[in-house]
Amino acid sequence: MTAFDFAFWVLATVAVVAALGVVLLRDLFRAALLLIVALMAVAGVYVTLHADFLAAVQVLLYAGAIAILIVFAIMLTRDVAQGNPFNSLHPVALAVSALLLVSLLWAVLATDWQKSFLPPLEPTTGPIADILFETYVLPFEIASLLLLAALVGAIVLAREK
Amino acid sequence: MNVGLEHYLALSAVLLTIGLYGALAKRNAVAILMAIEIMLNAANVAFVAFSRYVTPQLLTGQVFAMFVITVAAAEAAVGLALVLAIYRSRRTVDATQVDMLKG
Repeated sequence: MTAFDFAFWVLATVAVVAALGVVLLRDLFRAALLLIVALMAVAGVYVTLHADFLAAVQVLLYAGAIAILIVFAIMLTRDVAQGNPFNSLHPVALAVSALLLVSLLWAVLATDWQKSFLPPLEPTTGPIADILFETYVLPFEIASLLLLAALVGAIVLAREK
Repeated sequence: MNVGLEHYLALSAVLLTIGLYGALAKRNAVAILMAIEIMLNAANVAFVAFSRYVTPQLLTGQVFAMFVITVAAAEAAVGLALVLAIYRSRRTVDATQVDMLKG
């Protein structure tokens, strides 16, 4: 087993265990902290996939901004005392999720993927800038419009009347 | 067996189903949003894995993952603002009790 394989298995285990903790833990605040662990592990998975810029974006935006937003929401709603209970649908949800997992794993193993054996680009920051501002410049601008709309919408919704 | 595309896709599938289970089975609206973030991350792992193993010179998957992260940020901001607004008017974030639209 190479160091790369070892890193993948460690990061994948951490991500899956932390994600299970987010869903199964009784304490909502600990679940939020485990979400940060899971997001950081996914950032590590990006590093093993040679996506260095995306790993940095993941740490900054997900483990930084979004996780802090979720912790804020937990603090402000003060429902922490009630824990993180399941609703009445949870046996059905478990069955549906298990069915989806089995079918997805079957699809992954049964498909003959068209793999390429070219080396990955490294570092990716420059090429991502090129592709983002040439091929995908319209989606990029629409994304900025979406962020502005979401920002205004969030302020309108959360403001005290 | 060396780690390859299938391993990353399996990781993505496992994370996606954990997130789906959480999103369907949780009462607390913030917990549902956290489960949705896990699902979006699972999709991103699949995007980046395809980008690495199928088109390693093109980076299309990585750009898609960046757009997913952008939309996830917008979704988290609006979703949590909605949770706060509902908490202010109903004093609860239990998604099973927020059923004003039920006929």
